[in-house]
Amino acid sequence: MVAIVEYGVGNVFSLLSSFAAIGVEAALTSDKAVLSRASHILLPGVGAFGDAADKLRSTGLDRVLVDEAKEGKPLLGICLGMQLLFERSLEYGIHRGLGLLEGDILPLDALIPSAYKIPHTGWNALSFKQESRLFSHIKDGDFVYFVHSYYAACQKECLLATAEYGKDITAAVAKGNVYGCQFHPEKSGEVGLQILRGFAEL
Amino acid sequence: MITKRIIPCLDVRDGRVVKGTNFQNLNDVNSPVALGRYYSASGADELVFYDITASGEERKLFTDILTEVAKNVFIPLTVGGGINTIEDFDRVLHAGADKVSVNSGAIRSPSLIAKAAEKYGNQCVVLSVDVKRVDGVFRVFAKGGRENTGKEALSWIKWCVENGAGEVVVNSIDTDGVKKGFDIPLLSAVCELVRVPVIASGGAGSISDFVDLFREIPSIDAGLAASVFHYGEVNIASLKDTLAENDIPVRRL
Repeated sequence: MVAIVEYGVGNVFSLLSSFAAIGVEAALTSDKAVLSRASHILLPGVGAFGDAADKLRSTGLDRVLVDEAKEGKPLLGICLGMQLLFERSLEYGIHRGLGLLEGDILPLDALIPSAYKIPHTGWNALSFKQESRLFSHIKDGDFVYFVHSYYAACQKECLLATAEYGKDITAAVAKGNVYGCQFHPEKSGEVGLQILRGFAEL
Repeated sequence: MITKRIIPCLDVRDGRVVKGTNFQNLNDVNSPVALGRYYSASGADELVFYDITASGEERKLFTDILTEVAKNVFIPLTVGGGINTIEDFDRVLHAGADKVSVNSGAIRSPSLIAKAAEKYGNQCVVLSVDVKRVDGVFRVFAKGGRENTGKEALSWIKWCVENGAGEVVVNSIDTDGVKKGFDIPLLSAVCELVRVPVIASGGAGSISDFVDLFREIPSIDAGLAASVFHYGEVNIASLKDTLAENDIPVRRL
């Protein structure tokens, strides 16, 4: 069972529907016992980094996620959920993340040429940087849906895929059993469903 | 490379899509779920559902239908129509919408944009604006294009973006329904003004109108239309093939 972390951030409706569509059992929960029983954990998130990180810490879910990830359970962060896996973010101040992945979350406008709009919104092609089981059912160049104004600056070792938007933007990351997608698989049509299937099969 | 988005807009009343008659292989041409699936399968990049109901009871039906669509269609869904308060944002987002478009509601209560952006993020707040030339000046119209608010359109759009609108749908009343192409001068002016995505609406009559749009305004992000898609005059897959032949980046299935 995939446990989707409920911490009052973001729209999880489509995630639940996506797992239903691919026949994978999923449940929304903030219950630590359920999270530790689950085979996989998914950390969603839309909104501001600072608020979300505070919510994870004030509920103690931050410890649970770090412990479960260190035990080897597959963990996937989506959009802001991916960003929260990193060490820190510079979105409206400096905020500490879960520190499961090395790197910082930085503003896109300092990286990309000014002709490019912010947020980076729409369908962009994935360019694979490493083989990954997360992508076992999709191919290099497939399109996925992005909406974000900040990006993950990370080491090459954890970069699974990028998308070209004036610069190569981090699109997917992984380190061991910890995975992250900057884009929204639950909004990326059939390609997105196949990424979620790849995750559930880990 | 980011692709140009093609967005069909569906008007919903009494839980049914208004318009939409010429589809083959579609048993129920007025079902939002069937049409949502159809458009998604033909390569639509996003869907806009516009609630044209009036009463609260019908509004409940609209949100129920939205939930059905969201359970079955995995591309971004934007909802517009009757969005006047934060509670309206809550209602449609909980029913499965990804973005919410505000038009008259923002004109009546401009603080709605900032409130919604603070609660849900700019990416969730879409400003929809109906624009018409009056004595050579772009003016904002309300109530479905019937009422001149007197507001100058470009300064209104800029203000809304500065206050949290993360995307702008610009509907030209002058070209809407004429089917002779998008309003290039208006759309160019908006694109030069703001750095958020801009969606063109009003005037699409054929595939070549979309080609012209993306060629003449390289910074426009998306083209939105209703009847040309619903009546089958423009097929989305063929449209995207033609755009690709013209070196306009699109997502093809």
